[in-house]
Amino acid sequence: MDDLTSLAPLLVAVPLASAAVLLLLGRRADRWGHWLGVLASGGAFVVAAVLLADLLGRPADERVVDVHLADWISAGSFDLSAGLRVDPLSLTFVLLVTFVGTLIHVYSVAYMAHDVARRRFFAYLNLFVAAMLLLVLADSYLLLFVGWEGVGLASYLLIGFWNHRTPYAVAAKKAFVANRVGDVGLLVALMLMFATFGAVDFDTVAAGVPAASTGTLTAIALMLLLAACGKSAQFPLQSWLGDAMAGPTPVSALIHAATMVTAGVYLIVRSAPVFEGAPTAQLVVTVVGAITLLIGAVIGCAKDDIKKALAASTMSQIGYMVLAAGLGPVGYAFAIFHLVTHGFFKAGMFLGAGSVMHGMGDRTDMRRFGGLRSVMVVTWLTFGAGWLAILGVPPFSGFWSKDKIIESAFVVPDAGGEWRAWLFGAVALLGAGITAFYMSRLFFLTFHGRRRWAPDADGHEPHPHESPALMTVPMVVLALGSVALGFLLQLGGGFTTWLEPVTGHVEHHEPVLAVPVIQGATLVAIALGLALAWRQYLSLPVPVTAPTGSVPTRAARADLYQDAVNDAVLVEPGRHLTRSLVYGDRTAVDGAFSGLGRLTVGLGELARKVQTGYARQYAATMLLGVVVLAAVVLAPRI
Amino acid sequence: MTEFVAPDIAWAQLTPILLVLGAAVAGVLVEAFVPRRARRPVQLTLTLGALAAAVVAVAALWGDVADTGGTDVLGGSVLVDGPTLVLQGTVAVLALLAVLVIADRTDTGEDAFAPQGAAVPGSGYEEAARAAGLQQTEVYPLVLFATGGMLIFPATGDLLTLFVALEVLSLPLYLLTGLARRRRLLSQEASMKYFLLGSFASALLLFGIALLYGFAGSLRYAEIAEAVRTVTGMDGLLLAGALLVLTGLLFKVGAVPFHSWTPDAYQGAPTPITGFMAACTKVAAFGALLRVLYVMLPDLRWDLEPALWTVAIATMVVGTVVALVQTDIKRVLAYSSIAHAGFVLTGVVALTESGIVATLFYLLAYGVATVGAFGVVTLVRERGAVRAAARQPVPAGAVRAVAGVPGPAGPGDAVDAAGAAGDPAATDDEDPGEPEGPVLGEATHLSQWAGLGRTNPVLAGTFALFLLSFAGIPLTAGFTGKFAVFTAAVDGDAWPLAVVGVLASAAAAFFYVRIIVLMFFTSPHGGPQTPATGAVDDPPGGAGVAAEVAADEVAADGVADTSPADRPGTVVVGSQGFALVAIGVCAVLTVALGVVPGPVLDAIADVARLLP
Repeated sequence: MDDLTSLAPLLVAVPLASAAVLLLLGRRADRWGHWLGVLASGGAFVVAAVLLADLLGRPADERVVDVHLADWISAGSFDLSAGLRVDPLSLTFVLLVTFVGTLIHVYSVAYMAHDVARRRFFAYLNLFVAAMLLLVLADSYLLLFVGWEGVGLASYLLIGFWNHRTPYAVAAKKAFVANRVGDVGLLVALMLMFATFGAVDFDTVAAGVPAASTGTLTAIALMLLLAACGKSAQFPLQSWLGDAMAGPTPVSALIHAATMVTAGVYLIVRSAPVFEGAPTAQLVVTVVGAITLLIGAVIGCAKDDIKKALAASTMSQIGYMVLAAGLGPVGYAFAIFHLVTHGFFKAGMFLGAGSVMHGMGDRTDMRRFGGLRSVMVVTWLTFGAGWLAILGVPPFSGFWSKDKIIESAFVVPDAGGEWRAWLFGAVALLGAGITAFYMSRLFFLTFHGRRRWAPDADGHEPHPHESPALMTVPMVVLALGSVALGFLLQLGGGFTTWLEPVTGHVEHHEPVLAVPVIQGATLVAIALGLALAWRQYLSLPVPVTAPTGSVPTRAARADLYQDAVNDAVLVEPGRHLTRSLVYGDRTAVDGAFSGLGRLTVGLGELARKVQTGYARQYAATMLLGVVVLAAVVLAPRI
Repeated sequence: MTEFVAPDIAWAQLTPILLVLGAAVAGVLVEAFVPRRARRPVQLTLTLGALAAAVVAVAALWGDVADTGGTDVLGGSVLVDGPTLVLQGTVAVLALLAVLVIADRTDTGEDAFAPQGAAVPGSGYEEAARAAGLQQTEVYPLVLFATGGMLIFPATGDLLTLFVALEVLSLPLYLLTGLARRRRLLSQEASMKYFLLGSFASALLLFGIALLYGFAGSLRYAEIAEAVRTVTGMDGLLLAGALLVLTGLLFKVGAVPFHSWTPDAYQGAPTPITGFMAACTKVAAFGALLRVLYVMLPDLRWDLEPALWTVAIATMVVGTVVALVQTDIKRVLAYSSIAHAGFVLTGVVALTESGIVATLFYLLAYGVATVGAFGVVTLVRERGAVRAAARQPVPAGAVRAVAGVPGPAGPGDAVDAAGAAGDPAATDDEDPGEPEGPVLGEATHLSQWAGLGRTNPVLAGTFALFLLSFAGIPLTAGFTGKFAVFTAAVDGDAWPLAVVGVLASAAAAFFYVRIIVLMFFTSPHGGPQTPATGAVDDPPGGAGVAAEVAADEVAADGVADTSPADRPGTVVVGSQGFALVAIGVCAVLTVALGVVPGPVLDAIADVARLLP
C-alpha cells in the first residue's frame, strides 16, 4: 500500500461491522461479543495511530488528505461524492475517540459484567464510535450530518439502555428531542449552503465564502451554532445533558463527556471560514459559550448527584471551548486543545464516579458518600488527578489548556471592542473560580470527611471496595493523561503548530492584561474556590440531607428552571397549536373530504343500478355505446 | 386461377406460440390416454414446462429482434417484433404464475374447479362425481389453448388472424369461467353471460373487418394503413369499420361502455381463472389494440381521438366510482381492473412511442399484482357451521335471493354447504377435537376480510402490497406504471386524460386503502367499536369504514347477499405451495419493478418499435 491514508475508511468500517455482527448474531454472540467490541475499537485506534505516523512524516502543507469513497448523490447540477478528510483536526478527534473509547470499552467489560444485555451495549458503543468517526472524518456537511445523526441515535439508545425504567426512557427521549432541535439547525444550514454555494462539501463552501453576503453567512453560521448547541448542550438547549446521566456510566464518560458533546465545538472550528465571514455570529458564539460556562458552573455547585454534578461541569467546560471557538483564529487551537485534555480528565473522573457507584451499590448521592479515600485508593488517586487537572492547577493538563483560553478571552478582537476582552475575560476568570469550588466540593464530599454511608431501601449496608483491574487500569491511563498530556502537547507550541494546516497561523496577540497578571488572577480565583469548598465541606460537618438552601441554590438545583422555561415557551404553545390544527383538520379538511366521498359514493350507487345482471341489458348497453361512439366520431363531419 | 404459392415460414420465430399450442394438443391426448391417477402430474408438468419453455423462447428471440427490428412471418400474418416479444413474454410469465395458482389444491385437497363440469348443479350426478373424488384436469389444456391465442393476438398482422386469435383465446375462457367448484349456478350464469356478450362483440368485430375489407380490399394492417393514407372523400366504410373493430378489442380489455360482462364474469369464474383472465387477456388485448391503432389506423387518429378519449375517461371514472360501493372482494377487483383498463388506455391513446413503452410496462405491473391478488383471494375461505349443523337442510332464511335479481346464488350456496359437509376430503385435515365446521368456498364478502391482518399478517400484508400497487403508491410497480402512462399521455398532448387519470387514481386509492384498513385495523365480525346496526350515517374514521362494509347492504349487482350475522367465519387455508410461490414471485416482482424499474423500462424501450 503506497498511500496509508487509504486506510481511513477502515476507521468507520471496522466498528460498524462489529456493531452489525453483534446485533445480527444476537444471543449467540453473548459470550464473546464484548471482546469483539473492544477489539473493533482498539483496531480503529491502531489504524488512527498509523495515520498519525503517516501524517507526521509529511511536510505541514501536505497534511490535508482527501480520501474519495464513492459518488454518492448525483442529481441535476448537484454532484456529491462521499469522501473522508484526514487532516490534523480530524485525526486529533479520531485519536481521542478511539483511544479514550477503547479504554472505556475495556472498563465496560467489567462495569457491565452483570448486565444481561452486555452484548447489545457493546454493539451500541461500536455504533457510536463508527458514527462519531464518520462525523469527524466526513469531507462534506452532508456526510457529517449522517455521522451527526448516527451519534444522536447511539446516544439515544445508550441513555435509554435501561429503558425498562420509565424515567430513563423519558431522559433518552428528552435528549433525542433536544438534539433534533439542533439537527434542524444543521439541516437548514445545509439547505442555505446549497442555495448559496451550490455544494455542501467543505472545500467549495470555504472557497465560496468571500463571494457570499454577510447576511447569508450570518444565517448559516447561526444555524450551525444552533446545531452545535443541541449536540454540545449549550444554552439554550442544555437541559438534556443532566438527564442523559441516566445511561450507564461508561456511556456518560465516552459520549456525554469526552466525545459526542464536543462535536459542536468541532463543527464550529470546522466551519471557521463561515464564522469568520460573519462577525455577529461569532459574537453570538462567544456569548453562548460564556453564558453556558456560568450556568453549568452554578448548577454544578448545587447538585448532590455525583454524575449530574459532573454533567454540569461538562456543560461548563464545553462552554469554555465554545467561547474560545467564538474568539476566532486566536481561539480555535486552544478550544481543541482544551477539548482533548478535557476528554481525558473528564472521562477519567466519570470512570472514577462509575467506580465509586460500583463500590457503593449504584448510589449517586454525594451526601451519602464521604471518606472513601481509604477504601478506594486507586479511584481516589486517579480522580484526584482529574480534579487537579480540571481546576487548572499547574502543571496538570487543564492548566495548560484552560489558562490559554482565559488569556485568549482577554485579547481584544480584530473587530475591536475592548469591552469584549474585559467582559469575556472576567467571565472566564470567574468560571475558573466557581469550577474550583464545585469540583472541590465534589471531591471532598466523595472521598474525604466523615463516612456518611447509609443502608439502601432493602437495608443492605454498602461495602465499598476497590474495583477490578479491568476498571482501574483505564482509569490509571486516563489519570496519567490528566497529569501530563497538557504539558506534553504544549511543549514548544507543538499542538497549535500541528493544527495550523486547519486553523491557520495566528500571530500572537497581547491580552489587555499582562499574561502573568492573568495567570496569577486565575490561580487566586482557583485558590479562593478551593478554600471555600474546604471550609464548607471539609471543616464543617456535611448534613446528610440537603438543606433547603437559598433561592439561588434552589434555582441551581432545578437546572435554573430551564425545563420550566422550555415548557412554558415551547411545549405549551406547541400543544395548543397542534390541538387547534387537529380541530381544523377534523372540521374543515375532513368535512370537505367526506362530503366529496359521499358524493362519489352516491354516483357509484347510481352507476351500479345499470349493472342489473341481465345479459340482454348488457348487450343493449354495448350497442348504445357503439352508437354513441359512432356519433362522437361522425359528429365533426356533419 | 393463380397458382398457390406456399409461403416461406420462419418457424423459429413462432417457437413460443408453437410450444404452447403443441403442449395444449398434447394435453388433450393426455386426457384421453393417460390413466386418471397420473393425469394431474403429467398435465401440470406439461403445462408448466411449455410455459417456461415459451418464456425461454421469447428470451432467445430477443437479441435477434433487438438487432433487426423484427420479422414478418407467414407472409405478414404474424409480426414478430419488439412489442410482440414483450407482450408474449409478459403473457407467458403471467400464465405461468396463474397456472401455479390454478394448480394449487390447498390443504383441503380440492382445487377450484367443479368435479364434473357437465353435471347439473345440485343433481345426484354431481353428488356422485364429488363423492368419487373426481377432479378436472382438462383445465390445463384449456388454459394452454387460451394462452396460445393470447400469444398470437398481439402479433397479428392481418384482421383475419386477429379474429382467429381472438376466438382461440376466448372460447376456452368461456368454458373455464363456468367450471367453479362452489356457487356453480353463479359460475355457469357468468359463463353464459360472458359467452353471449363475447359472441356479440365478436360479431361486431367481424362486421368491422368486413367493412374494412370493403374499404381497402385487403385484410393486412399495412395495406389498410396505405389505403387510409390515400383516401379521399367518402370514407364511411372506413370509419364504421374501424370503430367496430375497436369495439371488439375494447370489449376484451373491459373498457366502458363494453365492460358490463367484467364484474359478473370475474365474480362467477373460479378465482384462479379470474386472475388468469384479468391479467393475461388484458395484456394480449391491449397488445392487439396497440397494433391496430399504431400500425393500421395511425392516419385516422384525428377522427378516432374523440371516441377514444371518451372511452378512456368513462372507463377510469366508472371503474373507480362503482368500485367504491362494492362489497364483494372479487367485484372490487373486477371494477378496479376496469379502472386500470382506463389508465392503460391513456397510454395507448397518447399515440407516441413513449406511449408504447408505458403501456407495455403498465401491463406487466398490473398483471403481476392481479395474479398475486387473486391468488390471495383463493386462500381466504369461509368456515362452515359445525358439521352436525351443516348436515341439516339449509335454513331458508340463511340464504336469500334478492327479489328481481336473476343471480340465483341461493341454491348454489346450499349445494356448497351440503356438498362440503359430505365430502370427506374437506374435513380430513381438520383437528377432530376442533369444534369448527368444514372449510367452504372463498370468503368474498368484504366484511369477512376484517381483521385478517391480525390473524394472518403475512398474507394480509402481501395482499396490501398488491393493493398499494393497484393504487399506485411509490416504490411499487403500479406507481412506475401510472407515472409512465400519464407522462406518455402528457407527451402526446392528451393532458386532460392525465388529469382525469390522476384524479381517478386518488379516488381509487380510497377503496384500496379501505380494504387495508379493514384487514389491519378492524376486528373480525363487525366493526371495531360498534356492532353493525345498519348505522351508515358516516361516523368518522375507521368506524365509518367498518360500518359501511359491515352494514347489511343489498348488493344490487346481481348477487344474493346475506346479512353479516349469517355470514360464516373466515379462515385462511394452507397452500400446497404452488400458490404461495406464485404470490411470492408476484410480490417480489411488484416491489422490484417499483424500486428499480430502470432496467425493465430500458429493455422495453430498446425494442419498442412496431413493425409496419
